[in-house]
Amino acid sequence: MADLDLPARQGFAPDASPAALPSEIPLTLTINGERRELHVRPWTTLLDLLREDLHLYGTKKGCDHGQCGACTVLVNGQRINSCLALAVSKDGCEVTTVEGLAASDGALHPMQEAFIEHDAFQCGYCTPGQICSAIGLVHEGHARTPEEIREQMSGNICRCGAYTNIVDAIEDVLAKGTTK
Amino acid sequence: MHETHFGSPRNRVDGRLKVTGAAPYAGEFTAPDLAHGYVVSGAIAKGRIKSIDTKAALAVPGVVQVFTHENRPRTAFRSNAYQDEVAPPGKPFRALYDERIVYSGQPVALVVAEDFEIARYAASLVRVTYEAEPHETDLEKVRGKAYVPPVKRQGISPPPKPRGDSEAAFGNSPVKVKAGYRIAIEHHNPMEPHATTVVWEGDERITVHDKIQGAQNSQSYITSVFGLPSSDVRVISPFVGGAFGSGLRPQYQLFLAVMAALELKRSVRVVLTRDQMFTMGYRPDGLQEVALGANQDASLQSIRHDLIANTSTWEDYQEATVNWSAMLYHCDNVTTTHKLATTDLYTPADMRAPGAPTGLFAMESAMDELAHKLGVDPVQLRLRNYADIDESTNKYHTSKELRAAYQLGAERFGWSKRNPKPRSMKEGRELIGWGMATGAWEAQMAQTSARATLTVDGRLEVATASADIGTGTYTILTQIAADALGLPMERVTTKLGDSSLPKSPVEGGSWTAASAGSAVELACHKVRETLFKYARGMDGSPLANADIDRVAFHGERIALISDPSRFVTLTDALRAGGVEKIEAEETAAPSKLTQMRYNSFTHSAIFAEVRVDEELGQVRVTRIVDAVAAGRIINPKTARSQIIGGVVFGIGMAMHEESMPDHNLGRFMNHNLAEYHVPANADIHGIEVIFVEEHDTLTSPLGVKGLGEIGIVGTAAAIANAVFHATGKRIRELPITIDKVIGTPEAA
Repeated sequence: MADLDLPARQGFAPDASPAALPSEIPLTLTINGERRELHVRPWTTLLDLLREDLHLYGTKKGCDHGQCGACTVLVNGQRINSCLALAVSKDGCEVTTVEGLAASDGALHPMQEAFIEHDAFQCGYCTPGQICSAIGLVHEGHARTPEEIREQMSGNICRCGAYTNIVDAIEDVLAKGTTK
Repeated sequence: MHETHFGSPRNRVDGRLKVTGAAPYAGEFTAPDLAHGYVVSGAIAKGRIKSIDTKAALAVPGVVQVFTHENRPRTAFRSNAYQDEVAPPGKPFRALYDERIVYSGQPVALVVAEDFEIARYAASLVRVTYEAEPHETDLEKVRGKAYVPPVKRQGISPPPKPRGDSEAAFGNSPVKVKAGYRIAIEHHNPMEPHATTVVWEGDERITVHDKIQGAQNSQSYITSVFGLPSSDVRVISPFVGGAFGSGLRPQYQLFLAVMAALELKRSVRVVLTRDQMFTMGYRPDGLQEVALGANQDASLQSIRHDLIANTSTWEDYQEATVNWSAMLYHCDNVTTTHKLATTDLYTPADMRAPGAPTGLFAMESAMDELAHKLGVDPVQLRLRNYADIDESTNKYHTSKELRAAYQLGAERFGWSKRNPKPRSMKEGRELIGWGMATGAWEAQMAQTSARATLTVDGRLEVATASADIGTGTYTILTQIAADALGLPMERVTTKLGDSSLPKSPVEGGSWTAASAGSAVELACHKVRETLFKYARGMDGSPLANADIDRVAFHGERIALISDPSRFVTLTDALRAGGVEKIEAEETAAPSKLTQMRYNSFTHSAIFAEVRVDEELGQVRVTRIVDAVAAGRIINPKTARSQIIGGVVFGIGMAMHEESMPDHNLGRFMNHNLAEYHVPANADIHGIEVIFVEEHDTLTSPLGVKGLGEIGIVGTAAAIANAVFHATGKRIRELPITIDKVIGTPEAA
């Protein structure tokens, strides 16, 4: 019978006397075209800011470790894992989430249309990340073949297994050249 | 005939919500007073908590409370109060119940704070000291203690009684194969982690948003555990971010969130982390042995399939694993056994086609070994031993077009071009292998109620408490309802995932399309009858002398089939009845008589191509053809997606997925999505789905058999058989990783 004295599985040594909470830092972001003046603590990720502070729950948390891609958003047009970005590090950036893709009249982005048409999702939880990632991929301009799409979309896991339909949807958008 | 929505490809009706991020999942509902709970996970596999110090956590500004077993509010005393709709026999796990630790990762505290980051930080300050006891998580070590579960799990058929004398027949068989097989423990890992948001409505009333495959299962669990009247608890879960079985039973975050909300009298949300998704159920480990005996003419003489699977120390989890070996082929001498042995891990859980891909990996690999030994084509071996009835129960099949599935699948795949000799097909530096397997899954119908409401604005709402976990339930129910009343799909709204809706079992077992679909159709037909009565009774009605079977409901009209110019619009009929709406609730149930005489299964013939770079040990699954016989297909588009998804799950099982326990620590070590590999986009190549025409009038009134599971069954076996064909290496332990491809010698 061994006596163990362990931190409860959090991975870092417990702080015996917690200091006061870190203070909030001012931050300016343009989110889906709207300029926002915000105050956030330095430990807040862009993902948690979007979801918990701004209630933009379209961006999903699947792993919080940059391993699944569900949190993919576009920052200055580039796809990133928003769970791996501290919000304060993005001061002055333009952030586009899934909520900002459709036109103001409600018309869907061609990638959203293609995802519906090709049945490129089932449960829908990875879908906002897949769509943002796919738009980022098209902008990057490197993917030409299905093989390249597969490779360059492999940071976005879909547990329902809609991959073949996702590739079809992206190919369709690439072929039509309609992405904004 | 008008084109029906039933049978036609249709886009998902919830598609727009999902591609715009507007579909709310359990952890995304909110409330003005919402507090955030963060679970502290235990660090040892077995023993007791000696002390738990929460002072530092409580001192963090913004922390509301820390719950442990020491201050847990009183909940139901008797363990059976914690049993849910699909619980296996035993005493369910109770979070924070006492100081006992029964598995690694067990929740030992819940920190509740004003925001998520504070809760997470404070959770790191909870200090726990343990007194550890020796544990055992290695099934190999406890196989000698295996037992036949004394209490059978409800709804799960135990292995059928032996028939003939498999031992003697095996001894007398001129051709024999006998080998052990094993799969790795797999965790479901839906993309959405398990989450519960409890909204405090005041006066002890709560609205609960839970990640669950059946809102009523969570509701009855809450009322039973916390002693609340069902009128005070409503569970609303319109969207579930994947579950694959992990959402059948209420998970511990539901208990913790409700406990905290009731005690604090405020809204609380608890979301598990990805690593905590490895502290709940999983597809169990299983030690299997299959022995087949055959005559030189390839006729099976003997089948024996034995399984020892792991379960927890508190529940006897059972799934139908070996049963498939007893029903799939004609054979007079068959013995199957299913034993359990306890390990200090959580109770396993139903995971996509629970049992079938495990058992059929072994059986269908063994069939491939037998085919090779006999020098017979693997498809021919299966046709040679085709079973026309289910010999394990002596019942007829409601329908079985497996023969056609073999034929159509083989044709599409190009199977006839296969050189049967292993290592005979090569392209560049890669060996090419073609393998196949049979799949089967139960086609079931479960008693389900549904309500249909037609309003004077010409809109129809259909509702049942079932769920859509990505399966397409919203869409197919909308199709069925629209057909029944002749409406465009845009005029129909389907409601699911709400405990206040008509009664439904959990969504699972592939039964939802047949069950909820039949209930919706019944309710819509009831509405139709009332509507027709009003239409016929109108002054000078053009339908005055018609019977209901002489009219068609189409284009928002009721028209005579013989003369469509004689019609009444739906809204005119409603107005004629002088009502604002017509509402009907109906219950669909399977026929007891049919169930006594028949068994019903979906079947598949699955063909796989792999390419193996032998020097690197790398296997790519480059092509799959899955021919599925599953009765009528409601929506070919979403149906195809379901099969593709099942196949991808099967590719994961075959090639990637493995929860690796460290038996010294008694804990899964790769508890994240970087080290627990699920298939990524680049792993998946061509997957072709064929739906074989199959007429089934007995399984359900709709002729539907269900598709959620059949896609995974047989996939891993087909791939392992293809790897053998490519390399001559028989890999009997999943997943087929590089080390096994390099380290396994070629079979003699």
